[in-house]
Amino acid sequence: MHRDHIADESGAPVVSAAPPGPRRALRIGLGGPVGSGKTATVAALCRALRAELSLGVVTNDIYTTEDAEFLLRHAVLAPERITAVATGCCPHTAIRDDISANLEAVEELEAKAGPLDLVLVESGGDNLTATFSRGLVDAQIFVIDVAGGDKIPRKGGPGVTSADLLVINKTDLAELVGADLAVMARDATAQRGERPFVFTSLAAPDGVAPVTAWVRERLAGWG
Amino acid sequence: MTAALLLLADGRFPAGGHAHSGGAAAAVAAGTVTDVPSLERFLLGRLHTVGLTAAGLAAAAARTADPAELAELDRATEARTPSAALRAVSRRLGRQLLRAARAGWPADAGLAALPAGTHHPVVLGTAARAAGLTDRRAAELAVHEAVSGPATAALRLLGLDPYQLVAVLARLAPQLDLVAERAATATRLPAASAPLLDLYGERYDSWKVKLFAS
Ligand SMILES: Nc1nc2c(ncn2[C@@H]2O[C@H](COP(=O)(O)OP(=O)(O)O)[C@@H](O)[C@H]2O)c(=O)[nH]1
Ligand SMILES: [Mg+2]
Repeated sequence: MHRDHIADESGAPVVSAAPPGPRRALRIGLGGPVGSGKTATVAALCRALRAELSLGVVTNDIYTTEDAEFLLRHAVLAPERITAVATGCCPHTAIRDDISANLEAVEELEAKAGPLDLVLVESGGDNLTATFSRGLVDAQIFVIDVAGGDKIPRKGGPGVTSADLLVINKTDLAELVGADLAVMARDATAQRGERPFVFTSLAAPDGVAPVTAWVRERLAGWG
Repeated sequence: MTAALLLLADGRFPAGGHAHSGGAAAAVAAGTVTDVPSLERFLLGRLHTVGLTAAGLAAAAARTADPAELAELDRATEARTPSAALRAVSRRLGRQLLRAARAGWPADAGLAALPAGTHHPVVLGTAARAAGLTDRRAAELAVHEAVSGPATAALRLLGLDPYQLVAVLARLAPQLDLVAERAATATRLPAASAPLLDLYGERYDSWKVKLFAS
């Protein structure tokens, strides 16, 4: 039988001094518009970290298992470490208002492939308002790209302003699309204050390094 | 008591239902549901078959906190769900509902003792009992879910006029009450089934491209 809490005789949850078992994995969510590079970031993070950490990935494709299949095809992780959740036309509901299917998926991964150190949850691409519930993830990354236009950081929205890390991806395309990185950096700082953002180009070798470094810091704090 | 009923019936209650279409997605793809009138027939069929059966099981579950009786009702649900794919869906939705119900009524021993993976109607009845609701209310919850979930799914898939859908649901409301009453007062557990829904459940499970989980 599965119990989420240790309970006293009355059935009320009690706080125990010792942790009830092995620490659960750190959960990091990746949100952002379709095509900004979430799956590419997940794949690159897995390649960078899989030798030293036990990893799991949950994808939330809008209508296929394309992202999960991409990760499988590129063999970034063993199949039992990757799972896909269907979200019924509402990708943001599944990461924010009703996180039950994603929680099930994360727990099943931990049961099947665990114990895990890190679980990455990729949201189905959505608009700029989609953010993860704190009940699902411990930290979240919002991924936008320069090809979406250098106005995106200025437009703000909960993802851009409040995500724990903002990734501005595809800097290799900046010149081609006439995006001004200095403007994006200035607007990102204005929107986010102290919260960090990084520029990445996943087309470059180890282009994910700034994100990997940030994830390592989160893991260090997770203990 | 009414407030607890509304809480459990609310589409925003985080129990995973939003990602399931109750066969509507497969019916739309098969061309049997194409517009508001065909959706109304689909919902009516669902109500009087799987809706009635789920309501009977939920009502029975709401009448007991005995683990052995609940296990028996779980087996009764299994026996009434011929499609393996839909059995898996029912167990998954049961798990998701159990998580939310335990959060809502953490002191309820019946919810705490229910095994993870118990079928959805049994969890629904137990949640209703934990919330202080009668077996009749549990049946009402079950028929409401049997109809409202697929109605919303079809609305999204077909881009239907929401006001026409409201008219359908209001027209069906007295029938929902009747079916819930029948389910809650039945002397034997209902076993009405819809073979086409079972076929849809199996067929849909094998699709590569889908918006809904079922
Ligand atoms: N040029 C370039 N293309 C990228 C970069 N990152 C991702 N892509 C490409 O952008 C497309 C969408 O990426 P994907 O990770 O699937 O986006 P998602 O929808 O956010 O998951 C794919 O074709 C990637 O190969 C990048 O830094 N530079
Ligand atoms: Mg993706």
